[in-house]
Amino acid sequence: MALTLCKRIMVLGLTIVSLVLLTQNVSHAEYGDVVMNKYSDDSGIRPVVFPHWFHRIRFRCKVCHADLGFKFKAGGNDINMLKIIDGEYCGACHNGDIAWSVENCDLCHSAKPKTPTQVHESTLQKLIRPAGAPK
Amino acid sequence: MWFAMDIKKTRRVSKSVGIALLTGMFGVQLAHAGKWLPLNKDGLHDRRSPGLELLQSPQDALGSLPTDTAGNKVNWSRAMDERLIKPRGALAGDKKVQILDLNIVMTDTAGHPNVLFPHKVHTQWLDCANCHESLFKSKTGATPVTMGSILRGEHCGVCHGAVAFPLTECRRCHLLPQEG
Repeated sequence: MALTLCKRIMVLGLTIVSLVLLTQNVSHAEYGDVVMNKYSDDSGIRPVVFPHWFHRIRFRCKVCHADLGFKFKAGGNDINMLKIIDGEYCGACHNGDIAWSVENCDLCHSAKPKTPTQVHESTLQKLIRPAGAPK
Repeated sequence: MWFAMDIKKTRRVSKSVGIALLTGMFGVQLAHAGKWLPLNKDGLHDRRSPGLELLQSPQDALGSLPTDTAGNKVNWSRAMDERLIKPRGALAGDKKVQILDLNIVMTDTAGHPNVLFPHKVHTQWLDCANCHESLFKSKTGATPVTMGSILRGEHCGVCHGAVAFPLTECRRCHLLPQEG
């Protein structure tokens, strides 16, 4: 009896351990999620997560990358809250008219503190020594 | 003691352990197959952030769109063609989107199948000025595109490997057999 119980406990324990180990590396955010942290950490607020998947359902790439002037590079646009409030960059939509207004800080500033500026899941992020990639 | 078991018992235990491990692996695979993680579990968002519960979840937005095997697991072009999504071409008004239906074949591919570049699907999303003349010269063959430059995030790599389908999808571009 004692032996069977021991075996059962061992099998259960191993199942739990294998589940924990296997689930550790599968957690990832969406492909193309951009983290912006040029000023956030220094300003004591969470970095921004910009989800491409959400925005491309509603707008074609050209609207932001041609009409609004967003450069195709994470960290390549000098965006700050003053410019946004003045209607530049995110502020072209996030003005309470097309999309929620800038007072809703937490909706954009929602990343884990100290997350570096990046395009999540991008090839550049995966290269061991990405050439020209932001640090 | 359990380690004093005979061989038969040891085999039985090994079998049980194997089943347990496989069940665990299968369970994990099943739990994550074709699903999008909620924002509070994606490892990027701060789960303590008060905004998370107000934001749309990827599962809610992407779950009903045509599936793909890479990137966001969404076939974005098909989603637009089938009008399951209707992304606007301008912030305001109904500005006409300029579509160019012109295929470019790239043949300098170091023995790999030739590359087919369809302008049509690209102009459905992008403006001519997004690529020309900065990333690509308009003249065919005038821009030295290599897989090296693409991997460094230049040329096609500005989007492919960041938001458009990733660079592991070789055959989506290298799809034409070489002549001769």
